[in-house]
Amino acid sequence: MASAAHHPPTATGLDSRKLGFWTFIGSETLFFGSLISTYMVYKGAAVTGPLPHEVLDIPLTSVSTFVLLMSSLAMVLALSAVQRGSRAGAITWILATAVGGLIFLGFQAYEFTHFVHEGLTISANVFGSTFFVLTGFHGAHVSVGVIWLLTLWIMALRGNIGPADALKVEMAGLYWHFVDIVWIVIFTLIYLIP
Amino acid sequence: MTMSSSHGRGAAAELYSDPRGWGATIWSWITTVDHKRIGIMYGCASLFFFLIGGLEALLIRIQLAVPNNDFISAETYNQLFTMHGTTMIFLVAMPMAVAFFNYIVPLQIGARDVAFPRLNALSFWVFLFGGLYLNSSFLFGAAPNTSWVGYANLTSAQYAPGANVDFWVLGLSIVGLSSLLGGINFITTIINLRAPGMSLMRMPLFTWMTFVTSWILVTAIPVIAVALIFLAFDRFYGANFFVPTAGGDPVLWQHLFWIFGHPEVYILILPSFGVISEVVPTFSRKPLFGYPIVVYAGVLIGFIGWGVWSHHMFTTGLGPIADSFFVASTMIIAIPTGVKIFNWLATMWGGSIRFATPMLFAIGLLAIFTVGGLSGIMHASAPVDLQQHDSYFVVAHFHYVIVGGAIVGLFAGFYYWFPKITGRFMSETLGQWHFWTFIIGFNLSFFPMHFVGLFGMPRRVFTYPEALNLGDWNMASTVGAFIFGLSSLIFLWNLARSAVKGAPAPANPWEAPTLEWSIASPPPHYNFAEIPEVRSRDPLWTVPVPLSQTRPAEEPLMPSPSVWPILTAAGISLTWILVMTGVWWVPIIGLAWTAICVYSWAFQPAFPAEAH
Amino acid sequence: MKARRRLLNLIKYFVLALPVLAVGCGREYPQSTIDPVTRDFGPAIQDLYMTVFWWTMVILAVVWGVLAYVLIKYRARPGGPAPQKTRGHLGLEIGWTVGAAIIVVLITIPTVQTVFRTQAAPAEDALVVEVVGRQWWWEFHYPADGVTTANELHLPVGRPVDLHLRSGDVIHSFWVPRLGGKRDLNPWVREPDASGPRVNRLAVTVVEPGIYYGQCAEFCGPSHGLMGLRVIAESEGDFQNWLRMMRTAVAPDSGSQADAGREIFMRSTCVACHAIEGTNARGNLGPNLTRVGVRTTIGAGLLENTTENLVAWIRDPAALKPGVKMPGIANGGGGFPATGLSEEELAAVAAYLSSLK
Repeated sequence: MASAAHHPPTATGLDSRKLGFWTFIGSETLFFGSLISTYMVYKGAAVTGPLPHEVLDIPLTSVSTFVLLMSSLAMVLALSAVQRGSRAGAITWILATAVGGLIFLGFQAYEFTHFVHEGLTISANVFGSTFFVLTGFHGAHVSVGVIWLLTLWIMALRGNIGPADALKVEMAGLYWHFVDIVWIVIFTLIYLIP
Repeated sequence: MTMSSSHGRGAAAELYSDPRGWGATIWSWITTVDHKRIGIMYGCASLFFFLIGGLEALLIRIQLAVPNNDFISAETYNQLFTMHGTTMIFLVAMPMAVAFFNYIVPLQIGARDVAFPRLNALSFWVFLFGGLYLNSSFLFGAAPNTSWVGYANLTSAQYAPGANVDFWVLGLSIVGLSSLLGGINFITTIINLRAPGMSLMRMPLFTWMTFVTSWILVTAIPVIAVALIFLAFDRFYGANFFVPTAGGDPVLWQHLFWIFGHPEVYILILPSFGVISEVVPTFSRKPLFGYPIVVYAGVLIGFIGWGVWSHHMFTTGLGPIADSFFVASTMIIAIPTGVKIFNWLATMWGGSIRFATPMLFAIGLLAIFTVGGLSGIMHASAPVDLQQHDSYFVVAHFHYVIVGGAIVGLFAGFYYWFPKITGRFMSETLGQWHFWTFIIGFNLSFFPMHFVGLFGMPRRVFTYPEALNLGDWNMASTVGAFIFGLSSLIFLWNLARSAVKGAPAPANPWEAPTLEWSIASPPPHYNFAEIPEVRSRDPLWTVPVPLSQTRPAEEPLMPSPSVWPILTAAGISLTWILVMTGVWWVPIIGLAWTAICVYSWAFQPAFPAEAH
Repeated sequence: MKARRRLLNLIKYFVLALPVLAVGCGREYPQSTIDPVTRDFGPAIQDLYMTVFWWTMVILAVVWGVLAYVLIKYRARPGGPAPQKTRGHLGLEIGWTVGAAIIVVLITIPTVQTVFRTQAAPAEDALVVEVVGRQWWWEFHYPADGVTTANELHLPVGRPVDLHLRSGDVIHSFWVPRLGGKRDLNPWVREPDASGPRVNRLAVTVVEPGIYYGQCAEFCGPSHGLMGLRVIAESEGDFQNWLRMMRTAVAPDSGSQADAGREIFMRSTCVACHAIEGTNARGNLGPNLTRVGVRTTIGAGLLENTTENLVAWIRDPAALKPGVKMPGIANGGGGFPATGLSEEELAAVAAYLSSLK
């Protein structure tokens, strides 16, 4: 790959893409911070039902949370495989990460449909508005991550991901771990704390 | 030192056109990823919107010239003042500063481009499309009409059923995305692309302030994005974020808006502080007095700017404890601002001051901005604000800081860097005319507004009764506004004329100390034939940098042009615009387009050599 | 009051310096923020303003003074010496940082004191008035006396008043500058504990009788600029008389034009939105019209209250006040159909309303 030659040594030694991506994640933190704060501010403000304790299913969501967490582990293994130059490992673990994300999204799709049947829609009350917009935007982030991972997976299948491309996988990993951490916060604040 | 543009590529016209003709030239601009061209496009676009926003201001002033006027209807007036504010802040002051970020920062740090050239092009096109989309609302007679702060629940579907607010909420989202991407790009550029030897504390002040501003952008934009998302979901998908009957609280909008909105004020002013910190030393022939403290003051302003938002909400009814907290934090932020002013004065003290136009505007900023800063202290005092809030006193205040601070600083920037950008001087004579007509017009327009406010005229009213006895003051403001308008036309004429006919400028016409002046005017597309080695804060004043201004034997490899940024920008804008349909799946069309462009972009080699 | 005179002198000085503006001097400013007529709220703000004002003038004088000195003293002269490349002076920099900090503290202390003073709980025996802002008029309700009126707030001089501010639609802001500062009317529906509508409060005691101008200070839609109000401050006796009058019904002489107007009013759509004490008109979407004849203005401070203006208003309110919810005789408005009154009926209704005094 000729790319290394065109990225002259930087002032910090860090690759600019990585630095830029960290900055982006910093920005995303404030994005989710604002969404989560709004949820907390509006807690208990709903005038009509359904209310959180009537619809939220902690055991079910615990399962999907666990799957998402495990996908983070798979992500770590994927990066390690790419760095080691293990093509089979890369293919396996990148796919495992993406599948973890897909399972999480499946749970979320089920949960959303179930809630709508229970009468909780985005316009039902402020709980519905804050819940769907917050978890929906998180879900959208997971979806982007899944698409990104599947793209890397196809590249790996074609043998286009070697140790020199570890950064590409590492950035996807940064994103994936970030999205996971955000979910941990959401799960704790929305589901676990009554 | 040989400071002439010696390698024979002096003429900007030659540099910025394609010998193969008009079509090729336009194509080269559409696909450009050169930070200098993007900077020029930002500058031109912001000046275009400046004309539109100025025209809106003049119509507003005609309407207010006399009491009970019926020159325009209430509805038209509300659209004009909303678009005037929105345009001047998001489509003029911000992109005008970004124009200089783009053109100047890589030159000041000794880089060949920004960290992500294609992303940079994307930022510009997204901004341009967002701005055009916002203004296209006039064609439908449905320009936004709920003021630039768009307070909920006036913006709800119930109280604003037309498309006006749709244009506003979606247009601002598009423009905001552009700023966010720009912020990420400049943070990375400044951290990572500094020339060897340029430590953080050797960076020119303009670069420093760009750095701080970029951080504010990256952290403040997501907050307004969330507020706009809430509003969009309320309007298009029936959510209840700001609907009181469903438990929503319209005051939440005010919090989110101002958590962004107050840092936004520093996004507007800090770049100008940066410009002034370059211009004042250069034209006093003295290094900046107390460089570290000016840097720290800027950083501190950026930080404290996060803790003052509720001083926009003293009348909302937050209670005495919250009010006192925000009084204190707001007062604290006055300290670093005051310190900067004194450091600039101390820089001039003992200097040898040349009154060229860049310096005139820098002095103008010191004089005028101080007035705005001090009236700001008045309504930072919460009880006083109960009288001044939402009155013309506040209108006077923020024009003194935003025009008298941000815009005047950028005017200084135009006169200062124009020779670098075009290889030609702006006319000093026209510059003097611009300056003095501006000073007279601006003050005649906005100083009386202090009194109009103290005598009880609220802002955002389309007319006022004769009984208030404010006709004469308002007439004075209107006359002043037209003089200000005239001064702006002189400025634009000066820009256009000088670009073609201005006297040729050498590489370092002002004998300035920073790196951008070490290369030819205008700079070749690769900026530096060799990346310079920096050994001091004022490289051109102290240790003479070894300058290689001759054409290098082999031109440095520069990123290839790309058509994907503009197409991606179109896809992003389309996605947002399709939200207007209110049907949830329609925007997916735009999303699909965007995705195709993003993939094409990702798999297109950034550099020509990789194509082999 | 001394402070106010000083400010007015300063303004006069400024105006003399700018002859163009000289015409603005010596006028009456009925909505002036620097001429309070209340006992505590207004003067507290005014005194604080003067404190801050003079501090800022001192700072301005120093900055402009130094700037002028520097520009004259250190302008470039041909053949002048090259400037010394001073890079800073720690002592000086600490000096002006501390100096600025001290001034800031001196402004902050009285500010915080005034913040608490102006938001103190009103007296126990304060007269409670509920103020509801609506696009684009004001409703005033006196709960203790069961009286409701619109756009003209009657207050007794010398008695503490506790205004409960809220909105019926979008955010408005109650601002009568000569009473003191403004406070927003928010459309909060209820307290979190559901104890009733959440309100903002404003405590004032008017000390000078008179008519004071005010208007909405938070942008609230098309006719935000036409959402005026008047405060009528009167002696306790006059105030009690007014309350009594508001509670008693009045009827025009039978057979008069006004009486014909009453009949038309009662059988047309007017009653869907308007209420008049002692009649069957009990609508509450529009202003309460009890004793509307004694008001000084109509249309929320828009027009003088004359029969001609009433006719013009009822004929086509939207022409006078863009976006108004009230329909005219030929044009509907606010989702309501046109009233369809003839010119003759129109005159009669206006006569009836004028007679309600």
